[in-house]
Amino acid sequence: MIKAIAKTRASTDVYAIALTAMIGLGLIFAAGFSHAAGAHDVAHDTRHAIAFPCH
Amino acid sequence: MFRHLLTSALFAGLAAGLLATILQLAFVVPLIFEGELYETGARLHFSATGSPQSPVGHPSIWVEPARHIGTFAMNLVTWSGFAFILIAGFALAERTGSRIDARTGAIWGLCGFIAIQLAPAAGLPPELPGNVGADLATRQLWWMGTVAATMGGLGLFAFGRGAIAYGVAALLLILPHAIGAPELDTYYGVAPAELSAHYAARALAVGAASWAILGAVAGAVWSRPA
Repeated sequence: MIKAIAKTRASTDVYAIALTAMIGLGLIFAAGFSHAAGAHDVAHDTRHAIAFPCH
Repeated sequence: MFRHLLTSALFAGLAAGLLATILQLAFVVPLIFEGELYETGARLHFSATGSPQSPVGHPSIWVEPARHIGTFAMNLVTWSGFAFILIAGFALAERTGSRIDARTGAIWGLCGFIAIQLAPAAGLPPELPGNVGADLATRQLWWMGTVAATMGGLGLFAFGRGAIAYGVAALLLILPHAIGAPELDTYYGVAPAELSAHYAARALAVGAASWAILGAVAGAVWSRPA
């Protein structure tokens, strides 16, 4: 059972992994680097706390 | 398979986003509010009288409660983003035989902290509101380059074998700092140096804790039998 799970995991599709990473990048750029004024105001304290270079 | 990637990343991202928000509200946001007193000129350091003394203390962060809803929402988005990258890394590492659980996950999380917060902070330290920095696009470029190089360097140290791999890893870690972050040729800070220093240290400490939490939770949910 555990071996079977490990085997499934070990063969996780590279495309699925790439897609996961792309979603992550998209979320980070939307929250951290979007120049829209609305996004900037809402994200202000988060960006300062995480130290994204944003303004 | 994709479902496991997706649900693990979402769960870990939302949990870390919630806990990061609590830590930020407790330790980081009060200093942001204090810094804004100097940004707006409500409080002056080295004022016209020449006195270098200004009172310590921040206004209540609850005068603007709606603002923290935005912070919470953005933390959920940001930490979910980090979680997706981390989980993708887990899946990739397991393909090459690594084992992931809550403990190793926490180490992955701390490496994420080093790559995404600590290494860039060595050139572009966390800034209080009101600080003036060099050209934004140039800083963003250096930031992204530093994150990528540090991730590459740490990855090579963790998974590479042999002197050449370790040599390249060390080079990747040092290179962004040898190039140097873009900076201005004058200082513009209006807040007391103690406040700026305290802010930078706080932001990094809270970042480290949040990343450790993210990594541990991500490792735990990822290794849970599907």
